Amino acid sequence: MKALRTLYGPIIDNNPVTLQILGICSALAVTTSLSTALIMSVALTVVLMAGSLTISLIRHHIPTSIRLIVQITIIASLVIVTDQLIQAFAFELSQRLSIFVGLIVTNCLVLSRAEAFAMHNPPGISALDALGNGLGYSLILMIVGFVRELLGAGTLFGQTVFLSVHDGGWFVPLNLMLLAPSAFFILGLLIWVIRTIRPAQVEQTDFVLEPEIGEKTK
Amino acid sequence: MADLNPLSLWRHLLALPNESRTKTIAVAFMVSAVCAVSVSVAAVILGPIQDANRAAEQAARMEAMLASMPEMAALIEEAGGDSLETIIVNLRTGLPAEGIDPDSFDAEAARKDPARTTILSADQDIAGLGRRPDFLPIHILREDGDLRLVILPISGAGYQSTIRANLALEGDLNTVAALSVTEQGETPGLGARIEEARWQALWPGKLIADNEGNIRLEVVRGQATNDFEVDGITGATRTGNGVTRAVRFWLGPNGFGPVLDNLANGAL
Repeated sequence: MKALRTLYGPIIDNNPVTLQILGICSALAVTTSLSTALIMSVALTVVLMAGSLTISLIRHHIPTSIRLIVQITIIASLVIVTDQLIQAFAFELSQRLSIFVGLIVTNCLVLSRAEAFAMHNPPGISALDALGNGLGYSLILMIVGFVRELLGAGTLFGQTVFLSVHDGGWFVPLNLMLLAPSAFFILGLLIWVIRTIRPAQVEQTDFVLEPEIGEKTK
Repeated sequence: MADLNPLSLWRHLLALPNESRTKTIAVAFMVSAVCAVSVSVAAVILGPIQDANRAAEQAARMEAMLASMPEMAALIEEAGGDSLETIIVNLRTGLPAEGIDPDSFDAEAARKDPARTTILSADQDIAGLGRRPDFLPIHILREDGDLRLVILPISGAGYQSTIRANLALEGDLNTVAALSVTEQGETPGLGARIEEARWQALWPGKLIADNEGNIRLEVVRGQATNDFEVDGITGATRTGNGVTRAVRFWLGPNGFGPVLDNLANGAL
């Protein structure tokens, strides 16, 4: 039961993107189309799982003084291997993902799961936690990618859904959707919806601004 | 006597407290070694597949470039597939290299072989190449003996990567027919936009040298004002300068200059 919660907890209740606001940069960059979002999601989930598993396996022997360097070295190597695999077997997609697979190493999500979970838990549960977080990240990426590709180009996975006016249809593509800011808008709306349904996710206000002096005297 | 059995040494090492200096260094060393080996193995095993992918990509871009020139594509269609002739030229002499078969020529190996490259002096090396290969493949298209199209491979240092491209010239050797960037690693969203078809579409019809023979073709900042200028990309001035210098170097006397002279006077 606990294992199951570890797996699906991060998908909605504790989603790394919408609750912890991690991995935003890549969520903006690769979601212009569903196929790049999918490859990125798979790559991140694989790296996250392999990283957490490896780190969890050797967690009793990692000296505290160099633990971050050890974690980053392992994650970076996994990212390079993944990037090489994508370049070998999905060359065209690797061109479109350009540097963003390489940048998985700087994705706070990966390091935070390694540092916060895998360092203190056995391998099996660490891998489940990583899978859950990876799927949570993937879910958000796919939602954002779905909206952006559908409204921005009228296609899904490159297949035409709405025939655009350029090809004689009725659909006018929203070019804004293909630009990075649109991902911010969609993410913001998504967070709004999730926090309306689950008010427990709303953050506490850190501090309250004092009213200005002029207003006080009134 | 000290115990030299590796297994018990290993156990002894693992039993050390994590914070001891020996264990810290040993863990750091082992993690690095394992990571280095896995990265190298992946690179070596997957290298040939990636090279094949890249070669296919380059071939596809060459085809796409030809397809972007409908007139030339029609000409090739008409004359049969072999009308686009591939010649390996010797840049020292400007003449075809003798005894090299274009089909088996390995441009990548020739680029790295010290015996088949020329070291450029600082004032010659405007494109930041360091060494220039002496043998390069060029493509020539003729119609009834008249030169119609020449495709030259050019390269040069951009802002943060080496930019490689194919530059196609029309038969007068002074008009750009097309430019196709085949390889670059510039800043995504800025310099990398030189790969976009929309920017490359600005090149056809541009003139290279004025009547005095000075090469004036360049990528300018902002909008082009005459036939020698190509619009720059905002935020990518240094990438644009890199392309300008690559074009100028390869069309100049240390690049394909002698080859182009021979083509113009019919010696090639």
